[in-house]
Amino acid sequence: MTGPRSTRRSGAQLIWEVLLSEGVDVVFGYPGGAIMPAYDTILQYPIRHVLVRHEQGAAHMADGYARASGKVGVAVATSGPGATNLVTGIATAMLDSSPIVCITGQVSSKFIGTDAFQEVDITGVTLPITKHNYLVTDVDELGPTLKEAFYVARSGRPGPVLVDITKDVQQAMTEWVDDGSPVRLPGYRPRHALHEDTLQRAIELIDAAERPLILAGHGIVRAEASAELRAFVEKTGIPVGSTLLGLGGFPATHPLSLGMMGMHGEAWVNHAVQEADLLIALGMRFDDRVTGRLDTYAPGAKKIHVEIDPSEINKNVKADVPIVGDVREVLRALLPRVQKRTRGPWVARIEESKGHSAVRDIKHLPHDGRLFAAHVMHDLWRLTEGKALIVSDVGQHQMWEAQYYKHDHPRGLVTSGGLGTMGFSLPAAIGAAFARKDDEIWVVVGDGGFQMTACELATCAQEGIKVNVAIIDNGYLGMVRQWQEFFYDGRYSATPLKSPDFVKLAEAHGLAARRVETREQIADAVAWARNTPGTCVIDFRVEQEDAVYPMVPAGAALHDMIRRPAHSPIVETSEDP
Amino acid sequence: MRQLRTFVAHVEDRPGVLNRVVSLFRRRGYNIESLTVGRTEREGVSRLTVVMEADDDAARRIEANLYKLVNVLLVDDLTNAPNVTRDLALVKVKATPESRPHVLQLAEVFRARTVDVGSETVTLEITGTTDKIDGLVDVLRPYGIVEMVRTGLIAMRRGNSEVVREVGEVVAA
Repeated sequence: MTGPRSTRRSGAQLIWEVLLSEGVDVVFGYPGGAIMPAYDTILQYPIRHVLVRHEQGAAHMADGYARASGKVGVAVATSGPGATNLVTGIATAMLDSSPIVCITGQVSSKFIGTDAFQEVDITGVTLPITKHNYLVTDVDELGPTLKEAFYVARSGRPGPVLVDITKDVQQAMTEWVDDGSPVRLPGYRPRHALHEDTLQRAIELIDAAERPLILAGHGIVRAEASAELRAFVEKTGIPVGSTLLGLGGFPATHPLSLGMMGMHGEAWVNHAVQEADLLIALGMRFDDRVTGRLDTYAPGAKKIHVEIDPSEINKNVKADVPIVGDVREVLRALLPRVQKRTRGPWVARIEESKGHSAVRDIKHLPHDGRLFAAHVMHDLWRLTEGKALIVSDVGQHQMWEAQYYKHDHPRGLVTSGGLGTMGFSLPAAIGAAFARKDDEIWVVVGDGGFQMTACELATCAQEGIKVNVAIIDNGYLGMVRQWQEFFYDGRYSATPLKSPDFVKLAEAHGLAARRVETREQIADAVAWARNTPGTCVIDFRVEQEDAVYPMVPAGAALHDMIRRPAHSPIVETSEDP
Repeated sequence: MRQLRTFVAHVEDRPGVLNRVVSLFRRRGYNIESLTVGRTEREGVSRLTVVMEADDDAARRIEANLYKLVNVLLVDDLTNAPNVTRDLALVKVKATPESRPHVLQLAEVFRARTVDVGSETVTLEITGTTDKIDGLVDVLRPYGIVEMVRTGLIAMRRGNSEVVREVGEVVAA
């Protein structure tokens, strides 16, 4: 360490000092040649380093940490392959607006451009998948650059920022001192003033609407606007549909919550969208998985689009009233001015359509001994009282989770929505575990996705992390298999999946594991995992060729859903099998 | 309305900024007709002039997307504003002893300057709007254009409208 009066220290030391001042207490990374000076000095600072098994895991962990906490997550990697291994994780964070800072080592500045050992132009590679990135070749620029990186990552529409630091910068000495002055970025304007006339137009539309619907997106969670949304809903009586990433932003068990909309949204939500006379989109971007075919989307509805990123306005769906701003501020501005009313007939109409769907719900399927993934999700929800933090992967299980685990709290679900990154869940859950030390965390993952990042089980073991892993194991790459069944005449090209014995695999890592093959075994296995220290793995052997319903085929109109065949007789409840 | 649009972007003069702008256009699928970049009256600020075809909605999104780049200070859509635009071309055209007087006459009509004369060619420099340069190129084509280079458009608002008073401080244009 430096002497009491001297501010002179190396770039490597400065990295951790700035991180500490930004409130970082854990980083996820993997050392290598070009980042060794930084790794050498981290030992001097109270920052926990989590050694990952693959740098993709580091980026997902930083992302999971960020989503679970609302703070900035940090991943560290060396140059070349270390940096390129981060790419999928960075793109995942970009598409879901997750604030992470990735610090990569780079070859010394004199070697840049020479194709030196482990040299990759990572700022060039990540240009389109970062919110912003930097190459630091001057140690006096290092401090301000890192401060900027955190500021850019967390402000406005959040996103990943990469800082590539040459080895000589890490080794060089600097006198730079943070004087506490705010970051000066003249071209960066993350905040937008609200305009009175657009607010007024929005209020007029809201007050006049007979069949309005709120579309709650990730922005509700990001902006911590759940309380404001609830107050707004309860005053206006407007029902709420959610995007996948919006789940939990409004309580799923609230009477006006309709659940998820879109490709695998509930039928009554999609019909409500199509029948609405007003859509109030809050912090969402009309993704194609949410809208289906655009020219038939919500044909009778005016649209109010509240969004922090101006480039999302009129991108997919034309907004009658666009409001650019922080969704919490917008809701606070609208709340005192909208009329208090109920929308009885409209809500009753949706409720009726909900009732029609119950006959198709797999929850109500007469019990015949088969284990369905939906059973696992439903039972997991009941057994954890809806209070667990679920980190889901990508595929069928992700949709079943979204349908059957009722999220009542924001940041109760962490999942890769925009990029749809298989392999996201286990590392993201490890990151989340550092953000939410007192919360129960469950990974819900398919047998395919699990094998993409299963190496991080070793990280769980080494770091003493407690997460529970529910593998929804159907022996197929299930979502692709489902598409093949529906749209490719059942030709199962490259979707049957032979997996290792997951119980033995977990045990080989020194972790506890069990297998569940019947519904009767679920409760016991879940209780066992909850009460067993350390990461537990449960291999749920579910029905192999089940499909996620309803399904709006890609490019079809939102009301054009493939429905689960109705079954009879209806069993009113199978809450207790 | 779909039309050719002229955007001016004031950007920080830093390594890689042009790359960021061009990468944005490529990624979002916008086709660039013309792109120029150069210094401005202010230290540390460069100015890009981009011409591309876009309708009104796309134009607004181009602007919004440019603003998402941290190094972009200000974007100004000059398309429908009173403006001055200039393009510069060097045109090397075949000129035999017989045709040379005709070529030089045409150059004079278009107020092009003769910047070089070879034994079989004449090189002309012309500055003006895109239309004017296109006009000269059209009339020279029958003589045989050997080589041509154009800088692409630069543009500025007419009158006193001061767009940016200071780096980053946006003033209503």
